[in-house]
Amino acid sequence: MEHNMRLLLSAALLLLSSSASAESVLADIKVHETRLDNGMKVIVKEDHRAPIMVSQVWYKVGASYEPDGITGISHVLEHMMFKGTQSHAPGEFSRIIAANGGTENAFTGRDYTAYFQTMSSDRLAISLELEADRMRNLTLPAEEFAKEVEVVKEERRLRTEDKPTGQTYEQFAALAYRSLPYANPVIGWMNDLDNMQVEDLADWYRLWYAPNNAILVVVGDVVPEEVFRLARQYFGPLKQEPVPVLKPLREPPQKGEIRSLVRIPANEPYLVMGYKTPVVTTAEKDWEPYALEMLVAILDGGNSARFSKNLVRGSEVALSASAEYNAFTRLPGMLMLDGTPAKGRSIAELEGALREEIARLRTDLVAEEELDRVRTQVIASKVFELDSVFYQAMEIGMLETIGLDWRLLDQYVEKLKQVTPEQVRAVAQRYLQDDNLTVTQLDPQPMENGKQVRRSAGGRHGG
Amino acid sequence: MGYRVLMLVLVLLSNQIWAGPAIQSWTTEKGARVLFVSAPELPMLDLRVVFDGGSAREAIPGAAALTSALLEEGAGDWDADEIARRLDSVGAKMSVDSQRDMAWLTVRTLTEKRALTVTLDTVAQVLGAPGFDPVAFERNRKAMLVSLNHDEQSPGTVAQKTFMHTLFGDHPYASQVEGTQESLERITREDVIAHYKKFYVAQNAVIAIVGAVEQPEAARLAELVTAGLQSGERAPELPPVSDLQTSRTLNLPFPSSQSHILMGQPGMHRGDPDYFVLYVGNHILGGSGLVSQLSEEVREKRGLSYSVYSYFSPMRRNGPFLIGAQTQNAKAGEALEVIRQTLARFIEQGPSEAELTAAKQNITGGFPLRIASNSKILEHIAMLGFYDLPLDYLDTFVDKVNSVTGEQIRDAFKRRIKPDQLLTVVVGNEQQAN
Repeated sequence: MEHNMRLLLSAALLLLSSSASAESVLADIKVHETRLDNGMKVIVKEDHRAPIMVSQVWYKVGASYEPDGITGISHVLEHMMFKGTQSHAPGEFSRIIAANGGTENAFTGRDYTAYFQTMSSDRLAISLELEADRMRNLTLPAEEFAKEVEVVKEERRLRTEDKPTGQTYEQFAALAYRSLPYANPVIGWMNDLDNMQVEDLADWYRLWYAPNNAILVVVGDVVPEEVFRLARQYFGPLKQEPVPVLKPLREPPQKGEIRSLVRIPANEPYLVMGYKTPVVTTAEKDWEPYALEMLVAILDGGNSARFSKNLVRGSEVALSASAEYNAFTRLPGMLMLDGTPAKGRSIAELEGALREEIARLRTDLVAEEELDRVRTQVIASKVFELDSVFYQAMEIGMLETIGLDWRLLDQYVEKLKQVTPEQVRAVAQRYLQDDNLTVTQLDPQPMENGKQVRRSAGGRHGG
Repeated sequence: MGYRVLMLVLVLLSNQIWAGPAIQSWTTEKGARVLFVSAPELPMLDLRVVFDGGSAREAIPGAAALTSALLEEGAGDWDADEIARRLDSVGAKMSVDSQRDMAWLTVRTLTEKRALTVTLDTVAQVLGAPGFDPVAFERNRKAMLVSLNHDEQSPGTVAQKTFMHTLFGDHPYASQVEGTQESLERITREDVIAHYKKFYVAQNAVIAIVGAVEQPEAARLAELVTAGLQSGERAPELPPVSDLQTSRTLNLPFPSSQSHILMGQPGMHRGDPDYFVLYVGNHILGGSGLVSQLSEEVREKRGLSYSVYSYFSPMRRNGPFLIGAQTQNAKAGEALEVIRQTLARFIEQGPSEAELTAAKQNITGGFPLRIASNSKILEHIAMLGFYDLPLDYLDTFVDKVNSVTGEQIRDAFKRRIKPDQLLTVVVGNEQQAN
C-alpha cells in the first residue's frame, strides 16, 4: 500500500509548477527604510497577501535599562501608555483602535518596549496619529496609576508568584548574573512595584520616550512612500531629545558552578541550567553566536533532535527537555537548558543526562546530517514566518532596538549555513564548561492545598 | 482628534465589500470531506485532518489524547525516530492534539517537490498505519500522569478542569480531556486501538488544505492522506447538554496568592440560531479585551485583575459560556460581586446603542484580520467543515454581525443566560480572603 501511495503522489507532483522555491521567495523580500529629521527610524516591509498591516513602535528601553529600586518600571509605563494623553482620555486610545476594527497591545522585554496595532491597511494613519500623540503627551494621572500598578501586581502573581516554574526561573536568573541587569525580572520585584510612584514613571517617560529613541516598523499591504509620508506627518513634528548613554555592562567571568534550590509547594521537580555565552553584539568572533544557534538546534530543533531522541524517547529520563539561546540581545546572555524528569526518574538523573549531552558536544563532532537538517529547518521556518505580518515586524524591531541592522536577517540563513562541525565543538568547549554554569532545581514541597483551611463565618466582603 | 478619525472611517467602511477566501469542497473516495483554499503566494502548504474523535467519544478518560499522542510514535515500518527524522529533514512541522469534539493532525510543509512528497507520505502512514508501539504507549501514559501533577500545581488549570467537569455533569463532554489518575492507571493499549479504529475513519474525517497547490493536486493529496483509513462511518450524534438546574459554587482551597474565578453555564452550539446575537453581545460584555464591560468594571475601574474576560465556546453541542478573572485572595469576594453585578446588568439592560455600534465596527472592521494568513484560513475552514457550516459562512459573516440589534441581544441573553443557574468555581487561599 505504501508503494501505491508514493506513485499516486508522484503523479500529483507532475502538475505542481506554480510555486516558487523557498530560497527565491526569501531573496525577493523587500524592505524599505528612512530616517526622519528628528532621528526616528522608519522601516517598511511589504506584504500584499491581505489588505491588512501591523504597525509597531519600538522604544529602546526595557527591563535591562532599569536601576535597582525601580525594576519593572518600563513595563508599568507600558501599561500607563493606555491611560490618556492631553487630547485623549484614559482608555480612549483602545476604544478608537477597536472601533476601527483593530487589535492592539504592547509588550515589554529586557531590551525593548513595543506597541502595536493590527488593522486594515487603510487605517494606518489612525495608528500613527495616536502613537505619535502618546510618545510625547502622556498625562500619567495619579489615580489611574494607583489602579494600574495593582493590575501589574496581579499580573506578577499570575505569571510568577503562583507558578512554580516562574519562581524557579526568577531565582535562577538572579543568581546567574552578577553584574548584568538581566538578573532582574522584566515585570519587576514585588517590593519595587509596592514602592513605585507615579513621579518615577514621569521621569522614566521623559528620559526614554523620544522620536530619536524609537523605531516605527510597518509590515503589510502598504506603499512604503505613503508610510514614510504619514510618518513624517505625525512623528515629524516631535522634538528630538537627549537620550542617556548606557555604560557598556559586561558580566565578569564566572569562576565556578553556581547551584541553588527553590523550595516551594509544587508536585513535580523542574530544572534550569545556563551557561554564559556571547551574543552577536558582543562576540569576539563573528561566527560564534551562529555556532551556538546551530548547537541549540542540534539539541532541540525538532522531534528528531538529540533531546527528544535520546532523553525523551531513548533513555526515557525526561518528560520534556529543551535548549534555548538567543543570539540577538543587547547584553551577553546564556545558553539555557530546562526540563522535567519522567515519571519515576530523579532530577539528578535528568541533570546528569543533560550534562552528558553537553559533554558529547565538547568531545565529538556533530554529524553533517544533523547540520543539514538544521539548515533545511531554518530555511523552511523563514518561509513559514512569512505567513505572519506580526512576526515579520517583530524580527525587525527586535534587532533594531538592540542596535543591529535589520539586514542581518537576510544574512542569517547564510551565516548558519557556513557553520562547521568544528565550530560547534569549539563553542561547546569554550562556553559550555562547568565553571561557567548556573543550575537551579525546583525542590517540591507539600502542596497541602489548604485542606485544613476552614472558611470562617465572617464572609469575604469585610476586607 | 479621535472623533474626527472615527468619522473618516465610517465613510470608508460603507464602501467595502467583504468576502472570505474562495473555498472549494469535495469528498474523497473513502468519504472524507475536503475544504481547500488555494494560496499561491508562499511556497508552502498547511493541511489538517480533523476527526470527530475527541474526548466526548472516548470509552475511558484520556483515550482520545493518548491516541493523538501515539500517532507520532510509529507507523508502518517506521519508528518514532524515523518519522521525526523524515519530517525534520525537510523542515516540516507536524502536530497532533485532541479536545472534546475534535482530534486532529496538522502539518505545514514547503511545496518544493521533495518536502511535499516526504511530508505527505509520512502523514499518510501516520494516519493510516499507526503502530501503537507498547513501549511508546507506556511512556506516553506515564507522561500524562506527570502532566496531571503539573496541572494540579496550577490554580488556573485546577479551576478550568473543575469547571468543565462539573458543568457537563453526566454528558460525554465531562470526560477529562487529559485523563485522570484513576483512568490512566487502568487504560490499556487496546483502549487506544479501539478508539482509533472507531473514529479515525474517512467518513468521520474532514480535511482542510490551504497552500500553493491547485485543486487537482489538493484532491490527490487528500486521497493520499486518507488512503490508509477505513471508510467507516460518522460518529453518532451526541446527546444534548442539559442546563444546570440551580446555581452552585465550588470553593477549592489552594496555596496560591491569587484566587482564580470562573463563572458560567452551558452556552451555545455551532450553528446555533442565536450564534451571531450572542457573539456580538458577548463581545460587549467581555469578549473585546480592554474595552469590554467586564474589563472596564473589574480591571480599569478597580484594578482587581490582570485578565478578565467572557466567552462562548460553541461546540457540536452547547459548549461553555464562561467568565474568568484572577485576583489576590483578599479581593476575591469583591471581584466576584463585581462580575455578578456586571453580568446581571448586561442581562437586564443589554448594550447601549453606542456600545453596539462600537462592537460592530470592531468586528466588521477587523474582518480582514481574521483571514489574513494561511494559518487563520486553515483554522476557519477546518471549523466550517467539522461543524457542517455553510461554505459562505465567511462571506455572510459581516452582514450577519451588522444585522444584530440591541433588542435581540437583550432578548437572547435573557432567554439563554440564567443568573440562577450559574456554576461558580473559585480556586485560591480562602484563609487569606478573610
